[in-house]
Amino acid sequence: MKPDDARIRWIEEPKLGATGKMYLPLFFQGIVTTIRHLLGPKLTVYSPEQRHEIPDPLIYRGVHRLNRDEQGRVKCVACFLCATACPAHCIDIIGAESPWPDREKYPESFTIDELRCIFCGMCEEACPVNAIELTSLYDLSGKSREEMVFDKEKLLSVYDRTKDAEPMAKAAAPLPPQSGETP
Amino acid sequence: MLLLPITIEALIKIGLLIACLMGGTSYLVLVERWIAAWIQDRRGPCRAGIPLTKIRLWGLGQPIADGVKFIFKEEFTPAHVDKFLYFLAPVIILTAALSVFAVIPFGSVLPFDFAGVYDAVAQWAGAEPLPEYAPQPTRLVAAPGLDVGMIYVFAVGSIAVYGAILGGWSSNNKYSFFGGLRSSAQLISYELPLGLGILGVVLLSGSLRLDVIIGQQAGSGVWNVLLQPLGFLVFFVAAFAESGRLPFDLVEAEQELVAGYHTEYSGMKLMMYLVAEFLHMIAAAFLMVILFFGGWHLWGLTGSGEEVTWLEAILRIVVLLGKIMGVILFFMIARWSWPRFRFDQLMSLAWKVMLPLGLVNVVAVAAWVEYGDRLAGWVGVPETAAMAVCGWILLIACWLVVTVSIPSTYDNRPLRVPATRGGQREGAPTP
Repeated sequence: MKPDDARIRWIEEPKLGATGKMYLPLFFQGIVTTIRHLLGPKLTVYSPEQRHEIPDPLIYRGVHRLNRDEQGRVKCVACFLCATACPAHCIDIIGAESPWPDREKYPESFTIDELRCIFCGMCEEACPVNAIELTSLYDLSGKSREEMVFDKEKLLSVYDRTKDAEPMAKAAAPLPPQSGETP
Repeated sequence: MLLLPITIEALIKIGLLIACLMGGTSYLVLVERWIAAWIQDRRGPCRAGIPLTKIRLWGLGQPIADGVKFIFKEEFTPAHVDKFLYFLAPVIILTAALSVFAVIPFGSVLPFDFAGVYDAVAQWAGAEPLPEYAPQPTRLVAAPGLDVGMIYVFAVGSIAVYGAILGGWSSNNKYSFFGGLRSSAQLISYELPLGLGILGVVLLSGSLRLDVIIGQQAGSGVWNVLLQPLGFLVFFVAAFAESGRLPFDLVEAEQELVAGYHTEYSGMKLMMYLVAEFLHMIAAAFLMVILFFGGWHLWGLTGSGEEVTWLEAILRIVVLLGKIMGVILFFMIARWSWPRFRFDQLMSLAWKVMLPLGLVNVVAVAAWVEYGDRLAGWVGVPETAAMAVCGWILLIACWLVVTVSIPSTYDNRPLRVPATRGGQREGAPTP
């Protein structure tokens, strides 16, 4: 590509002002900013001993959990909405006929590959029964890839660990009856 | 016979100097990382302490960990490098960086007669005494009494360019090559203002020996930075550029050149480059303090003569090292304060601003040395005071002239090649 190619758009540099031409005022401005940060408070914490304070754990997007209902059963109804919504395709559900009378299906197996997950929270948004939620646990680790594929029991145990600190969201209120909208 | 004690003395000093420089460099790397972290609101290395214990010591063990890491890292040599030059280049740059310190005084003198001690030991061991010697204090320079000190610093310092350009060229990598080219262009350009900045000091003190330059500032009690602020400014900017630190680190601009001329180096060879870079910065700080900030001199604390007590000798070392640490800290803070120059800005700063300012300073100092005493006598003020006033007026005048005369935009477009010989040469192409 030649310098006078028509496709090149030359951009004019912004003009230097008086302080820019004198250079020293900006020089001092720069060093004052740096020194203020040098002496100012530090944002990082001594990680394993201290933990970051998460402002609102209810909206933080960390490790998933599978919620239990009042009787301690898994809340999920195996509707596959979360697996469909997942942009990373990390949720794998095998549904089966429910042994309980109040629902038709339940997940026989429910696995989330935490290494593929991008922690976007779409599954939480999609779930119609508030069965899957993201917790505020952010430092998950494992020794193998297989270990990082969380199964149903593990996800339920995450719920048991976090249910007191982060109470389950209330079930969404039923939609108001749609009246007069249909033509 | 006097040769032997002089050799032993020099060897002791060289060993001490290299050990201190290497240890100091590794700890300066830690300080640099701390400052970088603090400025970015982080905490920096604070974990590594005494090895194999849980004692942390604010991360003071980090240099040991870094050193061990560098030693055990794989030293990878790419297949298509020019082997001989590839191995030679880091050696050249480190040797050059270390050799500069041969003439740099790291203190004043010690009230301690090394030849006398040698004589006593020799006599005790049954050897013949030294034929004739005059007791003299030990000078804290590896090569004392080298009359061409400043020229030596320049000559050896210029060799570092070879390390950079040979390393870049022999790596057989375009990024390395660009880094080497930029390095040579930048270092050679800024050597001129650096030299002009020093020339003013040399003119004023009349000697190229660094200890004489310090002694002259200590004797009068007026540091050169007060007398020739313009020379200091030129030297300061050039020293920044010579040591290749931000805002002049185009040599290894990470965003553009990966790592510049040492892209293909790893392991100990990379460490030699990194240590050499730090040594350049330390040498620049030493020169700045010695030439412009009075070296070991501090008013009312260190005295100014050649005869010193032990207390004064140690105080002088502490003052010198404290000043150098201050300059190095400024280097490190400056790194995070200003963005990097573009290459054309770098070059126009060197050739269009710093070089003329350096020439103005040299002419002004030369004129002052010739006519200054008459002028001061005619006005009726002390000579140093008159020189300081004139120096600062000159600095401000030059600053204003530069402010008015620099363009408010730089056209970055490539020039068009003239269409015909003798035809009108166009400036920038029409947009």
